[in-house]
Amino acid sequence: MKVVVTGVVGKIGQLVATRLRAAGHTVVGIDRRPWPDAPAGLELYRVDIRKRAAEDVFRQHRPDALIHMATVTHLTARSEDRDRINLHGTRAVWEACHRHGVERAVFVGRHTYYGASHDSALYHHEDDPPMAVTTFPELADLVAADLYAGSALWRYPDIATSVLRVCYTLGPTRTGTLAGYLRGQRVPTVLGFDPLFQFLADEDAAEAIALALEKGLRGVFNIAGPEPVPLGLLVKLAGRTQVPVPELFFRLLLGRFGLPRLPPGALNHVKYPVVIDASAFRTATDFAPKLDADATIASFRSAPPAPAPPSSR
Amino acid sequence: MSLLVDPAIAERSRRLEIPFDRHGIDPFGISRAYLSRFYTMLGWMYRRYFDVTVTGIEHVPARGRAMLVGNHSGGVALDGAMVLASLFFDMEPPRLGHGMAEKFLNRVPFASQWTSRLGHLTGLPEHALTLLEAERLLMVFPEGARGTAKLYGDRNSLVDFGSGFVRLALQAKAPIIPFAFVGGGEAIPTVVNLVRLGRLIGMPYIPLTPWLLPVPRRTSLELYYDPPIALEGTGDEEDEVIFGHVERIKARIAGLIESGVKIRRGRREAVRA
Repeated sequence: MKVVVTGVVGKIGQLVATRLRAAGHTVVGIDRRPWPDAPAGLELYRVDIRKRAAEDVFRQHRPDALIHMATVTHLTARSEDRDRINLHGTRAVWEACHRHGVERAVFVGRHTYYGASHDSALYHHEDDPPMAVTTFPELADLVAADLYAGSALWRYPDIATSVLRVCYTLGPTRTGTLAGYLRGQRVPTVLGFDPLFQFLADEDAAEAIALALEKGLRGVFNIAGPEPVPLGLLVKLAGRTQVPVPELFFRLLLGRFGLPRLPPGALNHVKYPVVIDASAFRTATDFAPKLDADATIASFRSAPPAPAPPSSR
Repeated sequence: MSLLVDPAIAERSRRLEIPFDRHGIDPFGISRAYLSRFYTMLGWMYRRYFDVTVTGIEHVPARGRAMLVGNHSGGVALDGAMVLASLFFDMEPPRLGHGMAEKFLNRVPFASQWTSRLGHLTGLPEHALTLLEAERLLMVFPEGARGTAKLYGDRNSLVDFGSGFVRLALQAKAPIIPFAFVGGGEAIPTVVNLVRLGRLIGMPYIPLTPWLLPVPRRTSLELYYDPPIALEGTGDEEDEVIFGHVERIKARIAGLIESGVKIRRGRREAVRA
């Protein structure tokens, strides 16, 4: 298959591209960021997915499939900008798929869609509502993009659309939301709270995304790997020092004393779990993660410190 | 930590038939280390502090899904604690009971952490169903918080039952084991509930006893289990059908309480004589 991968320069994007090429597919990348050591034979278009130039890629290459990973997730980006890229970008690429005869399209979303709150259930199923809108308003644009991609199932029935809600990823590249939280030697947690965290090795996440494409899945699927792990244990296994902070002081301390910066809405995500039931995806694809929780944490822990992540601009 | 853990109890928690991983954590986040610590404390209350008599524990299935349904007695969750203790100490192999935690608990530091690590997930229908489908043993108090709020004079009565538990049991095809807990109202005789003050600190109410704090006094407690009731249905039945089941179960529990109170009275008179 000829596959357009948007956001291909991201850590999972690179792994997905490598995995697809190894399976004999042709990959055409779209990303605003450079990929200096991109493999030969991978065409990379440094264009904005919302612009005409991105649609030209579809027109010129007539791809069979799309994997859409060009969403801004780090919360430092200004929210209007995130909204334009995440929601309007998603809309633009699905319209391009429809106009240029793309048969399969995969949206790579996040399990934080379900939100973390004191009264939400463990093991979210795909039909659970997106509570993140209220528990973590900063994520509203990602929720909207997820729901928009899901609406392609009735809007464009000619495209086999799958919406993936992937749990946190962790691995040697040390990029991503969870890796960012665990980056410093001291990891702040909220005193008296110890939520379960669910994560998947970077490579396993890439494998799951490639599988969704190859199986031509249609529908919404949660993607997770090993059983969830309590935050305190995760911090310990990652070789970090847990710093339990009373909730009142938590916000004051963030960004100081070597502690990472977190948006206010993130507080719920370190107090309460977001745990998903990924059995539907396993049944549909026979997906089995290669790394268990310990091996995944070890791959993160033993890697050399990563350089600053590339900007999305 | 090891100072607070009885090695025999740690060994017992190892015999729980729960899929712990190599760190002693199960898929619901239950921690074997937390269980050992908690049951060490509970074992002391169960065996030394109170004089607990358990009747009919053989009606609780050794494995597989089931729902224990009983009355609240005592201003705090003493009833639940004693049921958990009887399942852990008087069954072979021991079983872990899962309570349904009041929603406010998950907002409270440490209460949130402990309830999650001990398997008492927030009281949501989704949690009840997931646990039953995982062949766990669920402990349900259909009186809810209104039940723990009973004052001393009402200690052996039942307030209205919710009906959600019957639908869940039908949906999950789980047998219901009625139980009665007698004596909690004497261990913690609630004189008055402070509702406003409780709301201020995020609790439904604060029970006050003649000695103010709801610290249980040393007394004898009785726990009665009845044979399981297997309900037939899907959980989609009309309200009348469901209410019929609820009333039948409530009557069984009321009967257990009544005979329990009689035995208790008889025993007390025998002691006096």
